Amino acid sequence: MNKEAKLPAAVKAAPKKKRRGASLDRKKGRAGWFFIMPFLLGFILIYLPIIFDSIRYSFMELQFTSGGGYTLTPVGFENYQNALFTDSGFVKTLTSGVKQMVFDIPAIVIFSLFMAVLLNQKMIGRAAFRAIFFVPVILCTGLIDSLDQSNVMLEYMSDMEESIDTGTGAQSTSEQLANAADLTWLFGSMQVGSELVTYVQGLVADIYDIINRSGVQMLIYLAGLQSISAAIYESCQIDGASAWETFWKITFPMISPMILVNAIYTVIDSFTIASNPVMTYIQKIYDGVNGQTLSSAMSWLYFLIVLLMIGLVTLILSAYIFYQRRD
Amino acid sequence: MNATQNSPKVMKETKNKIRVDFERTSAWTRFKLKYLSLSFLGQLIFKIFRLVLLVGISYAILYPFFAKISSSFMSKADLVDVTVKLIPKNPNLDIYKAIIVDNSYFSALFNTAMLSIFCGLVQTFICTVVGYGFAKFKFRFSGLLFLLVVFTMVVPHETLMLSMFMKFRFFDFFGIVEMIRGESFNLLNTYWPLALLSITGLGFKNGLYIFMMRQFFRGVPDELEESAYIDGSGVFRTFLTIILPLSGSMMITIFLFAFSWQWTDDFYTQVFFTKTGLHLLNDIAETPKSLDTKFAGENMYVSAITNAASLMIITPLIIVYLFCQKQLVQGIERSGIVG
Repeated sequence: MNKEAKLPAAVKAAPKKKRRGASLDRKKGRAGWFFIMPFLLGFILIYLPIIFDSIRYSFMELQFTSGGGYTLTPVGFENYQNALFTDSGFVKTLTSGVKQMVFDIPAIVIFSLFMAVLLNQKMIGRAAFRAIFFVPVILCTGLIDSLDQSNVMLEYMSDMEESIDTGTGAQSTSEQLANAADLTWLFGSMQVGSELVTYVQGLVADIYDIINRSGVQMLIYLAGLQSISAAIYESCQIDGASAWETFWKITFPMISPMILVNAIYTVIDSFTIASNPVMTYIQKIYDGVNGQTLSSAMSWLYFLIVLLMIGLVTLILSAYIFYQRRD
Repeated sequence: MNATQNSPKVMKETKNKIRVDFERTSAWTRFKLKYLSLSFLGQLIFKIFRLVLLVGISYAILYPFFAKISSSFMSKADLVDVTVKLIPKNPNLDIYKAIIVDNSYFSALFNTAMLSIFCGLVQTFICTVVGYGFAKFKFRFSGLLFLLVVFTMVVPHETLMLSMFMKFRFFDFFGIVEMIRGESFNLLNTYWPLALLSITGLGFKNGLYIFMMRQFFRGVPDELEESAYIDGSGVFRTFLTIILPLSGSMMITIFLFAFSWQWTDDFYTQVFFTKTGLHLLNDIAETPKSLDTKFAGENMYVSAITNAASLMIITPLIIVYLFCQKQLVQGIERSGIVG
């Protein structure tokens, strides 16, 4: 009897305690708002209007007036129609650009995984190799990349091997290499489709570009590889697994979330590189006469397609991803 | 007698030297067992293959830099000379001199350095703060808000080129400025656009930095802060005195990224700075006026000039990278971008 009388009191006290805990959480939550405030303010005050304007402009005609002002006239879907049907080059560039991207993604993702596994092994000069491999991350971006792209010396490279050039000399050397190794013959005897042969040939010819673009991906993989506990490898070794088996049974599943991250990163990254034909084309339109709004419409179309691609990549890859349960 | 035969022979050679003869497998057998086995052969082949591959790819990465260096020293005669391969016959510094004088390299270097250091520092600090907020605090919509960060990462900035230009050409907060001043601010050719974008964590690839920082802070054990809270330290004091010193290496990594990507950035600088505006490193890639390019190897010469210019642009970055590459690689590995 006495116990039962005490119980409701305890029950009553419990929610009071709980509320006090919640208020501490709320206090911490409020501090969290403070921490992300710069980003939040910027997003609302600067980024959202920019996004909104960009969409708005793509439906408008823009005219700069002589007094330093501008006028906007709504034209509906005319810019999109122009981009898709009137403009001669856009659809062609878009399809070839998307095709290029579809081919590049697996190449970069696989190549960088391979290199990351190599660079993660213990060997002489590992630090030096790592330093060299991440040079493109720092040095071959933005300005330098576009300077290299516009370099006329590239055109001379086809008939002048080994002379001064800006690096696509490596490309021509690799083409020679591909010819020497006679990939067609190699693959012919393996009985695989001719499409795969041309694909691999294209990759070998493009190896310089692929190396340059897989720097960050390598870093992401390396971070992933380092986070796999050494105890797992040890137990594998004790059980007598070979390196090959360990890679496919341990490393690959453990690193598979990184593969998704890298695939998405590669898609996003290929937007921004100067060699992207679609972006170059859009930039050209932007610099042209009254092309600003048209270029806006074009880049939104491109963005939609790439979003679609990111969705597809995520959908396909997430079926195969293994997530280790953490906490 | 028997016991002495089985035990190792001990011979005293000199006063201080004692030779012990064990009964052991001969050197040749040991050598055979260790090195003439199939597994060792396989390992050796793999190691050689690995070395060749790594050296080859390193060559592919570094070759353009060598080629650039050599071509930038070439004289006009070298450029049309077919026999000149990688090493110029008459090396000179004409191109460098012309770029330094005509394109006023040093003022461009100074401006870009100021801009990059400023942007790098601000972006590093802001991304650290925002990343910490996303990593350690649970509040309403935090997941949704982080999606917004990812969103800024995904939207290609080329898409926003026109609207960014318009936003900062006619800068305004919902028409308030225009109401007061009669006209909006023109922020082009000032540091303001980049400063505003940096302060709000919207600059070049800042989404990525926030993401990296968040992943890093998630790896920092909560107990550290909890013990600080119990000791009576507030959230901000904990952040300043405990978390910030802890994340130094990661911040250096982020700073390196922010600094060097801002240094070679040609998108924002093109949008926000007109040709006549602030003199930045982007502008030094033009052909200097004093160099006469009208001769047989004109295209090659222009390329050589571009090479020299791009070398001059990246030289400071190379120096920074040489000093900090270890920090960079380790910092990224420690970040554990794994979720």
